[in-house]
Amino acid sequence: MTDQTQSVPQSRLSPTRLVGVLAFLVAVFVLVPAFIALTGRWDFYYTLTSVALLSVAAAGVWLTFYIGRINIGQGAYALTGGYVSAILITQYGVSFWLTLPLAGIFCAAVSVLIGLPILRLRGVYFAMVTLVLTEVARLTALALPVTNGAKGITSIPLPGELSILGLTIIPDFATLANPKLAFYLMAAVLMAVTYLVLWRIVNSRLGHLCRSLQQNEELSASIGVNTAMLRVLAYAISSFFGGLAGAIFVAISQSIYPSSFVVQDSVNFMLYCFLGGLGYVFGPMLGTLLLYFGWDLLSVAKQYQLLIYSGALIALMLVLPNGVLSLFDRKGGRK
Amino acid sequence: MMEQILANGLYLGAQYALIALGLTLIFSLMNVLNFAHGQMYVFGGFVTYTVVAQLGLPFTVGLLASAVVLAVMGALIERFLFRPVIARSKRDESTMLLAAGIAFFLDAVILLLFGEKQRGVPKVVNGVFNWDMRLIMPYDRILIAALAVALIVGFILFMQYSRTGRAMRALAQDRMAAQLMGVDVDRYSMIGFALGAMLAGLVGGLLVTITGINLGMGGPTSVKAFLMIMIGGAGVISGAIAGGFILGMMESIGLTVLAAYGDVTYLVIFVTLMIFLAIRPQGLMGKPWG
Repeated sequence: MTDQTQSVPQSRLSPTRLVGVLAFLVAVFVLVPAFIALTGRWDFYYTLTSVALLSVAAAGVWLTFYIGRINIGQGAYALTGGYVSAILITQYGVSFWLTLPLAGIFCAAVSVLIGLPILRLRGVYFAMVTLVLTEVARLTALALPVTNGAKGITSIPLPGELSILGLTIIPDFATLANPKLAFYLMAAVLMAVTYLVLWRIVNSRLGHLCRSLQQNEELSASIGVNTAMLRVLAYAISSFFGGLAGAIFVAISQSIYPSSFVVQDSVNFMLYCFLGGLGYVFGPMLGTLLLYFGWDLLSVAKQYQLLIYSGALIALMLVLPNGVLSLFDRKGGRK
Repeated sequence: MMEQILANGLYLGAQYALIALGLTLIFSLMNVLNFAHGQMYVFGGFVTYTVVAQLGLPFTVGLLASAVVLAVMGALIERFLFRPVIARSKRDESTMLLAAGIAFFLDAVILLLFGEKQRGVPKVVNGVFNWDMRLIMPYDRILIAALAVALIVGFILFMQYSRTGRAMRALAQDRMAAQLMGVDVDRYSMIGFALGAMLAGLVGGLLVTITGINLGMGGPTSVKAFLMIMIGGAGVISGAIAGGFILGMMESIGLTVLAAYGDVTYLVIFVTLMIFLAIRPQGLMGKPWG
């Protein structure tokens, strides 16, 4: 009910919308690096890279919300994706760039296996099972020999060169003067592509079918929608994003441990979606930026950091229970 | 050996069931998954610690203080946070963000008020029950388990026979119908939330005498409580009790039987639960689709 009205303006690429997208791209790829170069706050790169990657994973969570499922298990897929990439790089010498899609596909495959039974659950039942899933992933990583238990996998090399027919597309990260900028650009490109894909999905036939699931699954099944297939498909896409984000995180920190992604992270992904607004494609991106960046900036408050952060979260919820982007609703729904 | 495992399972189960009862009560009345339940439990433990260890008052006073403080906290949270958000949000799930926010907030308050150190209070009773070396259990554990069982029985009787309990059960069954029959929905939602929070606080107060309490226990406790109500079925009182005892038993058996394979008890429990839920999504006693 909430999305039907908002999807109409979204599906048309009006001039104002085009300007908005261009402004966004300029801000991400020109203004942010310029700002950081001017102010010398190089630490912002790490924060903003994290925001971009987290928002990729959050985009997946948002898609499961879109079919009416509360997903608190994205941390499990981020962890799985990270381990797949780390193991392939360190033990089989696979190029980082190849492990990226492999990590995503592996997570998607796992999520199909897990999703087939658990996607039959609804509401809080599904939410609670996915919450448990994050713990399962952590405990599995602790127990399996290939993941090296609690010691984790460390000193993973930086992403190498990517070239096609001898033509270098992406240089070796280790040779770069500023790998931070490279990681930022990579994460930002991935984020832009992810949200483009998400936007396309939502405004395609698939998106309409997903919305029908969100509103009434029985009704949707009764008019011939293959709900079981659709649920698994949405969940697999969601997990793909999770695995992708996890793999890049591992490349940045050059290490992974069973506790790299925990229940708290899974809950955070859900919060990013809520805060931005469940009815808006760009909601999770905004939510991630506000919450993660806000948390970072609040570190000046020292021991009151968590108090202020959570207080602000609660206050936002009281003022805007439908997400920050619902602010724009009254003005005709801009984003 | 066998007796010891069973006794440990029952002891764990009694406390678990009490935690799950509060969570399931709140869920059944308001359709809210209370992420902050574990934090409420920790808060209750710290209140008892403050009253007993710092003010030097008797343990009973500490328990009562935990109950009162948490009940008031629960009532305020329902009245000023959940009620307005539920009334205005378009999707039910929005309450989860609020609940998670409250969990963070309580964590922050606990950190500022009580610090991050592990805290405990002296044993309530000394001595160890020893039955022929087959069953060994400290008296204080037996006392706490008995108190927990007494609280569970008291809670069931209250829900079954008191006017308030009847009203809350009606609300859980069908909110609209209860309202049409003249039940003051707002009032009983508030009482229910207060009662659920109070139960969490009481368990905290009980356990601070044995395992102690620390800031980090909130999240894991919530996860365990979710497990229990998934096993038994969300929103069903008998289910919460069954879930609590089953989890306690599985933990006790797992820690003994699986000890040789390392720390895999919870992995096995989780995987078992997922298979179980795939076959029976509504848990043991839950209504289909909650």
